[in-house]
Amino acid sequence: MAGILIDRIRKTFGAATALSEISLEIADGEFLALLGPSGCGKTTLLRIIAGLETQTSGRVVIGDRDVSALPPKDRGLAMVFQNYAVFPHMTVFENVAFGLRMQKVDEATIKREVERAAALLHIEPYLERYPAKLSGGQRQRVAVARALAVRPAVLLMDEPLSNLDALLRLEMRSELKGVLQQSGTTTIYVTHDQTEAMGLADRIAVMHGGVIEQIGAPQMIYERPATKFVGGFVGSPPMNFIRMPVEAGRAALDGFAAHCPGSGRDILCGIRPEDMRLAPGGDGLAFRVMVAEPLGSTLLLTGKVQDQLIRVAARPDAGLKAGDTITLEPETRRIVWLDPETGRALGA
Amino acid sequence: MTNSRLLPYLLVAPSVVFLGLLFVVPLVQTIVIAFTDQGGASLAHFRKMAGDLNFGLSLRNTFLLVAVVIPLQIGLALAMAVMLQKLEKGRDLVLWIWTIPLGVSDLAAGLVWLAILQDRGYLNSALFALGLIDGPTNWLSYENPTTLFIGIVLAEIWRATAIVLVILVAGFQLIPKEYNEAAEVFGATGWTRFRKITLPLLKPSLQSALILRTVLAFEVFAVVYALGGRNYPVLVGEAYTWMRDSQNDGVAAAYAILIMVISLAATLLYIRLLRTKPETQA
Repeated sequence: MAGILIDRIRKTFGAATALSEISLEIADGEFLALLGPSGCGKTTLLRIIAGLETQTSGRVVIGDRDVSALPPKDRGLAMVFQNYAVFPHMTVFENVAFGLRMQKVDEATIKREVERAAALLHIEPYLERYPAKLSGGQRQRVAVARALAVRPAVLLMDEPLSNLDALLRLEMRSELKGVLQQSGTTTIYVTHDQTEAMGLADRIAVMHGGVIEQIGAPQMIYERPATKFVGGFVGSPPMNFIRMPVEAGRAALDGFAAHCPGSGRDILCGIRPEDMRLAPGGDGLAFRVMVAEPLGSTLLLTGKVQDQLIRVAARPDAGLKAGDTITLEPETRRIVWLDPETGRALGA
Repeated sequence: MTNSRLLPYLLVAPSVVFLGLLFVVPLVQTIVIAFTDQGGASLAHFRKMAGDLNFGLSLRNTFLLVAVVIPLQIGLALAMAVMLQKLEKGRDLVLWIWTIPLGVSDLAAGLVWLAILQDRGYLNSALFALGLIDGPTNWLSYENPTTLFIGIVLAEIWRATAIVLVILVAGFQLIPKEYNEAAEVFGATGWTRFRKITLPLLKPSLQSALILRTVLAFEVFAVVYALGGRNYPVLVGEAYTWMRDSQNDGVAAAYAILIMVISLAATLLYIRLLRTKPETQA
């Protein structure tokens, strides 16, 4: 078990900057998700921590060892790859045993540890089979078992569920969480899927363009996004950003008005689709419905407030259809106020 | 409907007819010539072949050449392919230069090495200039069988390693890099990764390269002929001599059949020894 310190890691490829001075601390036993769109640098950061890529500058410290210059095998970590990288020419048993064999562990210990890891991931029946005979989900389990068999201080996972179909992904997600909570392994988990990050992680670091936009607990990231990017990337449908004029510390639009921070002439009102009440006849924003999508648990409305496109999650029985105009009442305490120029949240 | 079903057969027909005429027919004829004498079935040509003074020698020489050249070529090609993988820039250029000998005919390759190794060749000129020899030394005469053999081995390696290299490079590119990365993360050293991951996954390519190279090596002729004439008798050389100098196509055909049987046996051996179970492939 070990914590991880990422200290001002920079990575450039020629003229392109993949990571600009990333600093990050992960506590012992913590589950951290690196969340971001493709090309944001999250996989590069993971590969630098693994030692598969060399940073341009900065340090990686695992436990109290500076591993910045060490090859992957000396860093005391295990990794699960996006395409599993389960060795096709070895049985499941040999795959899971691989790390232990490299450590020259005795045969009895190998057998015991492989069986333990196999039991955790429910792959005991397949130990003598070759990976080609397994389904994607089973191969995924083998890859995780191989990583857990060495009882790593740190576990790195690179989009481990992205090659699975939706149902299997959901199943593996909750199972993975259980297994990792049990083992207490410090885990860094790279994903572009915000539900995965929300569901699994103790903390999420949202990355964008080679920097960490925000880091915090999933609920915190969801409710109080630090930037417009985070609000738009986390949550599905994404957060709405409604531009409002400000006068004397009050933002006002249509029949809606609220106190707001900042001193600009305009402000962005960040509000989640589920945080707006339909208030027929009351004071609020006049919302013209353009598309209504019944999603089962909610009725997703897309439409316009003045000329700004927003989405609202209404109750499934709201009985609204395209062309209707209703009044929306945003829940004031759920609003995140952002600077329209910088896209950063303003302190309330 | 009928047209589109026939089309594939029509398209392969020319090559099938071509090979049928120029491969199967001569093959059958060769078998007939080898096994008949004065109008009846007979093993007389084979007896004559086996009783010849050069037979045992050419058989031994051919096997010796194969046994020395093939492992060297496989080892070299593997090393070259591994080095190529590590190059970040100029990989295509290096590969291109390494494969130039593929474009040279084997007789021409033999002549190139003859120009280097003969008594007034480049090697002797260089050695003389360095003061290492007093005058022309004949490395390729039958009094110097060791240097003649080394010369032939060198020429064969220079000429034919590239084909092994090309097959292995293609094989390397089929192995996803994550396998090596995973092995690296789980503690394998470079050598272990090569032995435990790369080599097993390269087995199908190695098998193809070995079969192709070995079959061709048993047919070695032009390079040997250019460098040593009959000072180093080999099987195909004997077939050629029986055919051309002795005008005896019966014994020549017997040699041809023998070479074919040896090649087939080698191929079967490789297929058995390097069998890859389909479920263990990438």
